[in-house]
Amino acid sequence: MLAHLEKYFRTERLPHIWCPGCANGIIVKSLVEAIDKAGLDQDKTVIVSGIGCSSRAPGYLNFNTLHTTHGRAIAFATGVKLANPELNVIVVTGDGDGTSIGGNHLIHGARRNIDLTVLLFNNSIYGMTGGQYSPMSPQGAKATTSPYGNIERPFDICNLVTASGASYVARGNSYHTSQLTNLIYQGLQNKGFSFIEAISTCPVYFGRKNKLGRPADMLKMQKEFCISKEAAEKMSAEEKAGKVITGVLHYAELPEYTEQYQKIVDKCQRR
Amino acid sequence: MTVTDIKAKLMQGNQACAEGAIYAGINFYAGYPITPSTEIAEVLAERMPEEGGKFIQMEDEIASMAAIVGASLTGAKTMTATSGPGFSLKQENFGYGIVAETPCVVVNVQRLGPSTGGPTAPAQGDMMQARWGTHGDHPVIALCPSTVQECFDLTVKAFNLAEEFRTPVLLLLDEVIGHMRERVFVPQPGELEVVDRIKPEAGTQNYLAYQPVDSTLVPPMASFGDGYRFHVTGLLHDETGFPTNNSEVMGSLIERLHQKIERGREKIVIVEEIDIDDADVVIIAYGCVARSAQKAQKMARKKGQKVGILRLITVWPFPEEEVLRVAEKAKALIVPEMNRGQIKDVVQSAVVGKAEVYGIGNVDGEMVSPCQILAKIEEVL
Amino acid sequence: MSMNAVKEQLEPVVVNLAWCKGCGICYSLCPTKVLSSNELGKSIVSEPNKCTRCKICENHCPDYAITVMGVKK
Ligand SMILES: Cc1ncc(C[n+]2csc(CCOP(=O)(O)OP(=O)(O)O)c2C)c(N)n1
Ligand code: SF4
Ligand code: SF4
Ligand code: SF4
Repeated sequence: MLAHLEKYFRTERLPHIWCPGCANGIIVKSLVEAIDKAGLDQDKTVIVSGIGCSSRAPGYLNFNTLHTTHGRAIAFATGVKLANPELNVIVVTGDGDGTSIGGNHLIHGARRNIDLTVLLFNNSIYGMTGGQYSPMSPQGAKATTSPYGNIERPFDICNLVTASGASYVARGNSYHTSQLTNLIYQGLQNKGFSFIEAISTCPVYFGRKNKLGRPADMLKMQKEFCISKEAAEKMSAEEKAGKVITGVLHYAELPEYTEQYQKIVDKCQRR
Repeated sequence: MTVTDIKAKLMQGNQACAEGAIYAGINFYAGYPITPSTEIAEVLAERMPEEGGKFIQMEDEIASMAAIVGASLTGAKTMTATSGPGFSLKQENFGYGIVAETPCVVVNVQRLGPSTGGPTAPAQGDMMQARWGTHGDHPVIALCPSTVQECFDLTVKAFNLAEEFRTPVLLLLDEVIGHMRERVFVPQPGELEVVDRIKPEAGTQNYLAYQPVDSTLVPPMASFGDGYRFHVTGLLHDETGFPTNNSEVMGSLIERLHQKIERGREKIVIVEEIDIDDADVVIIAYGCVARSAQKAQKMARKKGQKVGILRLITVWPFPEEEVLRVAEKAKALIVPEMNRGQIKDVVQSAVVGKAEVYGIGNVDGEMVSPCQILAKIEEVL
Repeated sequence: MSMNAVKEQLEPVVVNLAWCKGCGICYSLCPTKVLSSNELGKSIVSEPNKCTRCKICENHCPDYAITVMGVKK
């Protein structure tokens, strides 16, 4: 970790603002390891985020970093990428930021298959504003705005993004870190819209409200309820009940947006 | 220049705006269709790839505004265009552009509101939204063309001011100007000034993206990809670009954002004065209504009435000094506009009782006519 | 044995107490109970010789406060 710390973090800004035991820090580590594995040039890489606890990540990372408005990271990132397709553009977002206020930009980014790698930190709650339910909070979950239990059904966000047209969709979690690193790495390799849902924890709000124990207990729960796609294929429906499937959930070779646009530019300029 | 060199073209206001953007060197346009601004997008969808630039139709106006700020950070000259409802949606990210000091141009072809209002009816009802539409205390630059030629020229000017002052700039058209066709003299390359943003000097060590280096208070702006790896946020920040809770630092950022525009006032504030010197009555007008004002003024002069015009080409920052100067000589000021007195009220507070101020406010989608203005002149003389 | 190797054996895990927020993840997850908590709940290395260098602690410390020296036994 030390070598990566010096190279990829703005160490003078650490320790970060996240609460003790918040898994966001673990996911950011996987992101950095994936970037290292992919060998991205830091000068040519832009990390864009919205607003939320998770969206604070770019401030700690030694790249070109853009902390935008709530929900809009993908829209800003679309401008960055289309204006200069040579840049590697990564988006960091939360479940509220990315699927609620930013849900429209998420599906349209996927539909365009524009070359962005979107890492969504899913802690099932609005952390930054103090624990309100999100479109990814499970049914029955307690939050400050669902004191009697959440009656809304959560998104299966990976399904939604797949259906919207993304070329790469994966899900990982903050316990299985090397799997997560690998999933992000593959997303970075894909030329097109890559979406990785990373199951995170918010021990302070989601954990306390729903009596899930200490931060370590929440990580151990992930270890239990997350099963890889490969393992799931060998399991019966009963065995799979209550489990969350991780791994690469969708991949398709599709034309990428900025490349398509460049073809138009080339054609117009030849005229 | 010989007469044959001059390229005169019949153009629509919106088209002139699009062509002006190309003259200014636009690299990136993002927008969402809305009457009466859509032609700007349609022209640029065709023209941008020809010029090697990029056009994208985003999913909404919020995304369009976000995309042009993002693109600007890579060094591109960027623009979006919209009308009333879309202008409302852009406000949050417009404010982001101000705080993050990202040059870009936002065009609002005004239509009758509020809400969906009258999509094809002209209005000037967004003057105050232009000033205060985004939350918090912020400076704003807004220009208001009255002719199709000015749609071209002021679009170039808007890009120049955006680049020079590192800020979003508003161009406030109205349905009349946007859809009107007039002859436009398209300037040759080099004929109009085109300004590019100041980048950090080559070899700058320890570049700070929000540190002004001279009395303009405008920090040099690097692009993403240049190798400086800086941080941009809408949170109030210090000169490094990183957020702070320090009240002194937060306050001084807001002050600097205002000060940089104040200091640039001479370059930013443009007015046109017509027959002001001996005028008893001065009409203060902008946008399409300035055309009726000109007609009325000529007719009044023919009748021997001493009437002049102060045309506001820059509306924000408000030309207070210019208005006050006029008020010191004239007896009465008439502010005709297609709203219920949004600019009249500003004039009133600028003249501190030095002259009587009268408004004419149409909110029915009908142009303020020269007759309406002439009647008001009779009334106040 | 080189100096580094000796050091690694004596001190396989290093905790940066300035960054440790005392969340308990590392000492709860460590399979061999190398780590425990001090009176502030922060992580301390109490049984260095039991360390297998599995890196579970380092990988799950959200605050980058733990570094495991050397490679897995
Ligand atoms: C336009 C707007 N609406 C609301 C907010 C308040 N707000 C800030 S963060 C946030 C929720 C963030 O939740 P999530 O994206 O899940 O991120 P987390 O904090 O859980 O990481 C909200 C509602 C805002 N900043 N801007
Ligand atoms: S509030 Fe929740 S999500 Fe935010 S930093 Fe704290 S634990 Fe993490
Ligand atoms: S996991 Fe990290 S922050 Fe948490 S107690 Fe251990 S060393 Fe400290
Ligand atoms: S490396 Fe493994 S055995 Fe050693 S302290 Fe860490 S968790 Fe425990």
